[in-house]
Amino acid sequence: MLTLLRDLRRLRRSLALPSPDRGRSLAIRHVDAGSCNACEHELTLTSSPYYDLQRFGLGIVASPRHADVLLVTGPVTTRMREPLLVAYNAMPEPRRVAALGDCALGCNLVGTASEFVGSVDAILPVDLRIPGCPPTPDAIAEALLGLIDSDHDGQKPSRRRR
Amino acid sequence: MTGDSYRERVRSALAGGWRFGALYATADCGRVRALLVDPSGETRLETVPVEGGAVPSLVDLAPAAGWDEREAHDLYDIDFAGHEPLRPLVDHDLDLSRWTVPVRGDDTYQVAAGPVHAGVIESGHFRFHVVGDRILHLDARLFYKHRGLEKAAEGSALEAGLAYACRACGACAVTNGVAYALACEAARGLRSGRELARIRTVLLELERIWSHLNDIAAACAGTGLAAGNNRFAELTERARRLNAVLTGHRFLFGSVRVGGSDLALDADTVRVARTELALLREDATSGWRELSFNASFQDRLPDIGIVDAYDVRRLGTVGPAARAAGVAEDVRSLAPELAYEDFRPVTPKRAIGDVQARVEQRALELWQSLDILERLLDRPIAPAAAERGWPEAEIGVGRVESPRGATACIVERSGDRVERLHLRTGSYANWPSVAHAAAGDLFPDFPLINKSFELCYACPDR
Repeated sequence: MLTLLRDLRRLRRSLALPSPDRGRSLAIRHVDAGSCNACEHELTLTSSPYYDLQRFGLGIVASPRHADVLLVTGPVTTRMREPLLVAYNAMPEPRRVAALGDCALGCNLVGTASEFVGSVDAILPVDLRIPGCPPTPDAIAEALLGLIDSDHDGQKPSRRRR
Repeated sequence: MTGDSYRERVRSALAGGWRFGALYATADCGRVRALLVDPSGETRLETVPVEGGAVPSLVDLAPAAGWDEREAHDLYDIDFAGHEPLRPLVDHDLDLSRWTVPVRGDDTYQVAAGPVHAGVIESGHFRFHVVGDRILHLDARLFYKHRGLEKAAEGSALEAGLAYACRACGACAVTNGVAYALACEAARGLRSGRELARIRTVLLELERIWSHLNDIAAACAGTGLAAGNNRFAELTERARRLNAVLTGHRFLFGSVRVGGSDLALDADTVRVARTELALLREDATSGWRELSFNASFQDRLPDIGIVDAYDVRRLGTVGPAARAAGVAEDVRSLAPELAYEDFRPVTPKRAIGDVQARVEQRALELWQSLDILERLLDRPIAPAAAERGWPEAEIGVGRVESPRGATACIVERSGDRVERLHLRTGSYANWPSVAHAAAGDLFPDFPLINKSFELCYACPDR
């Protein structure tokens, strides 16, 4: 255990990640609406020592009731349409929707068209688009931090309801 | 080719040591084919015509065919005589009594979890039948992410069909791609040749390395050991960065193609890879040693989520989960089209098929994969093409060991077009084992039991 902690501390020092210059946070709820699992694997690594998104107050939460942002991966399959809307409607306002990865943006979908509802913005108001197949943890981190900044600049989050 | 002789042929093959490998309906819904695999790796397809909308079921001979038959019923409307009850699998029936196994008795109740889970997890629904904290039975309902990939592949050129196999799953993209390429090449009468075999084996083992590192991290997360999770997440990240250096993509997307390979790595790049892999081995070894002596981690693992050797045979469990139960079977030891010379499957010392054995299995296979890469990355890699080897055929079968177990890809072609694509991955084979492993254990142990298999949802869903 001590070796594990020592190694992590060394890694931490060698990476010298800048500490956040402001105290803000975003609680994120992830919904997989039909992805190939690559976006999930990259999203998981955003909390690894190389990126450590928690230091910016960015964390994945266990319920949509606790979330500021709904982070959606994958093209929306017909079977995930309903669960996705349930998660969205359970969120308190103000709320944001982020579409993660090319599929969620409706680009280069592979499959039978009748199995998809379409991109995320076909059924939800999308505030943030994160392209990539899959987007790297860096790209995910940068985009989510940008969302915090844009909120800070006084832009009003979406209040559209479905 | 009557139904009786079909069952008889399958029965005698199974009695002779062959294993069930896959089952699917042809594109015109007129036939059902069962893939059988001999212990030496030889494959054969047994076909039965659909008569009156039905074929005889194999599920009493090979319980592993359960999901395959239910899927063929839902997607191709074929009945399986003798498979009772034939519960829906891909179809999502609203009537609980249709798709769950009834569990009755004093104080039994159900816990429904998913499809959306509390974390970064793929979508799937679990219905637990419990008494207090004890799980009596688990029904898993997947296919929320069914994208109709097999159907969409029909009619595309053989080369283009690769996208459907690769896109089934980001975590098994190389495995599925190589299985598809091998199937197409077998149908076209092509063999890999030494160089192509070496390139593909390198890619497959790179995929296994990040995947197994990720699985060990997941097991740490399942026990709440943040330090272990962070250490192995860091190593996973480094493995993916190495993938990007070698192929331009962190998940090795686009590195496999049908009929050859375009990958070129010069001597310097190969040296960089060898150095980084040696460092990864050093750090993973030290991390694993720490986990081995960590009581809060180790105390959680033994004697839960057991899938023993008997279950493995019956349920058709494959991959690390089967080897952790002492069944030393691995497609890599029977792969003439890949570069696994003298490969011998490893099993843990205490191979009783519990969570501890499955987690240890990942570490053992990690060292093995690093050894294979060290052997194969001894010289630069240049583009290579498949060579003419045997007569052409209408149907090709490709089998590859994914990080989660045996994956079979079957391609039926008409000319240069895909007529039917069927992909049965290691995850597909193992989901029924997860449900079996959970029964009898405590509800709070399920996340850890599930993570000890760490199956994909995307590739069974397709």
